[in-house]
Amino acid sequence: MIIIGELINGMYKALAKAIMDREIDVIQHLAVEQAQAGAKALDVNVGPYSKDPKEDMKWLVESIQSVTDVSLCLDSTKADVIEEGLKIAKSRAIINSTDADEEKMNTIFRLAKKYKTQVIALTMDKSGVPNTKEKRLELAATIVAKAMDMGVNTEDIYLDPIVLPVNVAQAQGLEVLEAIREFRLLSDPPPNMVVGLSNVSQGTKARSLINRTFLTMAVANGLNAAIIDPLDKDLMDALIAAELIMNKQIYCDSFLDAYRKK
Amino acid sequence: MGIELVKEKYSGGINTVEIGKAGRGPVKIGGETTLPFLFEEGQMPHPPIAGLEVFDCEPVDWPEPLKKAWGDSLKDPVKWAQRCVSEFGAKILCVRMQSIHPDWGGRPSDEAVATLKAMAQAVKVPLVVLGCGDDDKDNEALPKASQALKGENCLFGIATQDNYKTLTATCLADGHSIIADSPIDINIAKQLNILISDMGFDPKRIAMHPTTASLGYGMEYVYSIMERARLAAFIGDKMLSMPLALFVGQEAWKVKEAKELGEKQGVNWETATSVAMLQAGADLLVVRHPETARLVTKYIDMIMRKR
Repeated sequence: MIIIGELINGMYKALAKAIMDREIDVIQHLAVEQAQAGAKALDVNVGPYSKDPKEDMKWLVESIQSVTDVSLCLDSTKADVIEEGLKIAKSRAIINSTDADEEKMNTIFRLAKKYKTQVIALTMDKSGVPNTKEKRLELAATIVAKAMDMGVNTEDIYLDPIVLPVNVAQAQGLEVLEAIREFRLLSDPPPNMVVGLSNVSQGTKARSLINRTFLTMAVANGLNAAIIDPLDKDLMDALIAAELIMNKQIYCDSFLDAYRKK
Repeated sequence: MGIELVKEKYSGGINTVEIGKAGRGPVKIGGETTLPFLFEEGQMPHPPIAGLEVFDCEPVDWPEPLKKAWGDSLKDPVKWAQRCVSEFGAKILCVRMQSIHPDWGGRPSDEAVATLKAMAQAVKVPLVVLGCGDDDKDNEALPKASQALKGENCLFGIATQDNYKTLTATCLADGHSIIADSPIDINIAKQLNILISDMGFDPKRIAMHPTTASLGYGMEYVYSIMERARLAAFIGDKMLSMPLALFVGQEAWKVKEAKELGEKQGVNWETATSVAMLQAGADLLVVRHPETARLVTKYIDMIMRKR
């Protein structure tokens, strides 16, 4: 499982303040903690409160890279903000994200080629988030075809079926799980499949429980990457156990420790 | 159109364990990034080694073909060890401290360690040192043996899930590597590696003994465990990335097909078991008959000659 740590995101008020006040310790501490907890990449999002997103992105990337060498997942709706991070990224980055819109894909895949990055691609377009697995699959196929066309390898694509909060779109959970199962048939080698997990529990009263339950179900359907809070120990334990059941690692009594030693 | 070979690419690899030091070897085992001898898919930087096994006392229960091969030197452990190296070219020697076993006379550990030391001084090859298999006696004698050979970078055995702490602590203190033993059980093999490394022992100084079984007596179970451990290591399981040590001589010469049908048959049995273990991923083989050592070494030389 490719774990992408979600915590460096200016959407959170405390983080937004840390970015604004250039509290480098807060950012670096979060970066190191997430990496130690098993994150292979860190999401970096300047958030909606940023007054100068490009400058903030640059500062975040520099601050994080000086304490850890895990990959960065540069998260913005604006291509020029992402590019600001790509220019200085030391290890292979992930762009978060494109969708299935033709123009957006042109821009993002071009960036991906230029900076040799991987790309998260949301299965949505201008008409919004689909509400069936069939439509998700159709958009996923559009994305994979476009990527191949533009010379981006399918194994560098992370298809994101877009998880919706269970309290507002309850029927979507199953659609997403079934979409994940079918995405992997789109190409050989198959694309990666990622979810932004925390969205599933947005606004609910039992967030950690809902997150880890959904994650184990998604793993059973073939999910191989997730944007999550790696500091949620119960979530990580559930993930490790799910991978064990899927025969992704060999059992031993200390299998939780063994996984973390990897 | 030619047929293209399907080649596997792995991200992980096997640790390299060094045994011995300048003036005593050293030899390196492990380091593979491919299943055995698939040179198109990865590297085997260090050829597997077949070492000879000697006891620190006369091995009274050994079968006739082995007694015949070694003759009177079986009565003199120092001479026996020297013959292994000078006459038969052993690149590594495995000394088993059998004399301390209660059923073998229970020699005081200090005396046994003195013999071990004399044997070590008589040869200049890296050493594998084994206890007698009785936990109490081993826990008394092996720390003394380890201390007597401090700095020689030996490979000490055997640590088991129920008895690993004493040996791990002493190897840690005296700078030796360790053999972790599991009963044809990959889950226990992995667990024991974790337990040993949790004591602060470098996982890169552990060799695994997945249990040895002779041809005709469950060898294929061991084979499948070894293969599974290797495949897990290649996809990144650090707690199964240890080189594999197999005690073929000890098992092959137990079975009637080897010991009762003449020397040639016995050597063939030990050799066939050894070759199968090499194909399963063995890095270190310990054999008992000098002719087996010669044949297995010849096989290794031949198969390591890359195209």
